[in-house]
Amino acid sequence: MIIFDNITKRYGSKVALENATIHIDKGDFVFLVGPSGAGKSTFIKLILKEIEPDEGKLIVAGRDITHLSNREIPQLRRSLGVVFQDFRLLPNKTVFENVAFAMEVLHHKPRVIKRQVPQVLDLMGIGEAADKFPDELSGGEQQRVAIARAIINNPKVLIADEPTGNLDKDTAWEIMQLLNQVNLRGTTVVMVTHAFDIVERMGKREVEIESGQIIRDTKGGIAADV
Amino acid sequence: MFKGLGYSLKQAIVQIFRNKGMTVASLFAITAMLLILGLFFFLTVNVNFITEEIKDQFDTIEVFLQDDQTEAQAEVIRNSLSQLQGVANVEYISKAQAMEEFKTRWGDNAYLLDGLASNPLPNSLRVTLENLEDGELVAEVSRSMSGVEDVRYYQTEVNKILRISEGIQKGALVVIAFLIIVSVVVVSNTVKLTVMARQEEIRIMKYVGATNWFIRGPLLLEGMFIGLIAALIALGCTWAIYARLMAAIGQQAVILLSTSLVETNFMMINLTWIYIALGISIGAFGSILSMRRFLQA
Ligand SMILES: Nc1ncnc2c1ncn2[C@@H]1O[C@H](COP(=O)(O)OP(=O)(O)O)[C@@H](O)[C@H]1O
Ligand SMILES: [Mg+2]
Repeated sequence: MIIFDNITKRYGSKVALENATIHIDKGDFVFLVGPSGAGKSTFIKLILKEIEPDEGKLIVAGRDITHLSNREIPQLRRSLGVVFQDFRLLPNKTVFENVAFAMEVLHHKPRVIKRQVPQVLDLMGIGEAADKFPDELSGGEQQRVAIARAIINNPKVLIADEPTGNLDKDTAWEIMQLLNQVNLRGTTVVMVTHAFDIVERMGKREVEIESGQIIRDTKGGIAADV
Repeated sequence: MFKGLGYSLKQAIVQIFRNKGMTVASLFAITAMLLILGLFFFLTVNVNFITEEIKDQFDTIEVFLQDDQTEAQAEVIRNSLSQLQGVANVEYISKAQAMEEFKTRWGDNAYLLDGLASNPLPNSLRVTLENLEDGELVAEVSRSMSGVEDVRYYQTEVNKILRISEGIQKGALVVIAFLIIVSVVVVSNTVKLTVMARQEEIRIMKYVGATNWFIRGPLLLEGMFIGLIAALIALGCTWAIYARLMAAIGQQAVILLSTSLVETNFMMINLTWIYIALGISIGAFGSILSMRRFLQA
């Protein structure tokens, strides 16, 4: 699903990611761990095509995305879902609208949108909050809205950059359950986190990055395929 | 241009109401610009109109006859004036005819003239010039003829007025051009604030795979909407002001300048198109200008 083939990314002279090679298969659930400034966000930004790699080859969903034109980027992003630590909901749109506009981007018919959005909101356990604005919700509820938005178009990959970073332990665990559910439906999940308790409890594949190098790739303590 | 026009329209309207502050600021900016522009348009058109009227009157010399002149004597003077170089024709205007002309020109205020016991206007000859350069000489010769009371020919005054009006028109044009530039800058800055306030929104839209046109569409329509609404507001204001102005000084202008002002209808029909076209263009141009920077990759 995602292949990093000797990818190097530099910011000026600063190397953020060096000769990174990794295969992530369809249906995988991968934790990206490592200290601050290690290169985790860089890894994710490369997949999202926010930045271009300096060297190497990058394949996402069977497509070589090493170099994409500005026109091709929207197409790629429609096959990905993204969730952030700070939720990034639109404050002047209701919960329904926040999720609906991800469908509007794909020019779905209003009738289809009206049917599917409540379904996904229910799935995320926030069906009741459809008409509320984000600032009327708790952090956990906002993250549920963000996940609903990320998965509404059935993405092949769900990318999450510290999605539980702003949440308390119990809420974080609830969010993890939802992400696990999404993964069980066949979506590949790549999640950056600092929460070692979560990583341990989930028992999924872990990829550790330090100073731009992938230094560990294990699953439940056993080396994973690289 | 973009798929999902329905989405763009809906978003534009929703955003206009949700971002009231920005909407009002942009509206105010465009309306104010259009009103000032309208004022200068009003000035230019009227100055132009009055100038043309004056120019029309400028090729005639009024020769007033002494009261004791008979119509036969007047005919003799008329004949000799007709012989002069540069004269196209000479028309005899009786005092009664002169009064009629006066009354038509004064319009609604003509009743004031009814109060006169006798007609104070003299009989006159109206000399139409063929060649304006000969005006001064014709006026001088007329003045020296016997039976002539007075000659009215305001060449220097008219020249002065023409020069002033030319200056006003040129000045107004410069001001109008300047105003258009300023209003685009003001609007683009106002819209830029809107876009900056929505930078986050734009970023998120891009994460879910929105194309640039999908993002631009609603903002562009929003700018055009605001421009259109501003044009309508400005139109309403201008109409109210101009109609009132015409009511208040229209007739006085006739008496003071001996010409009328441009009709309200003519003024409004032209201003309608100017305001709407300019309002929408300023709104659209301002939006595009302010968005460019935020839509790169
Ligand atoms: N836009 C940028 N310009 C310059 N340096 C950057 C930029 N983004 C990240 N970096 C640097 O690249 C390195 C990796 O950053 P990042 O991938 O954000 O780390 P992480 O997400 O693991 O904390 C850091 O040293 C960071 O300072
Ligand atoms: Mg980071």
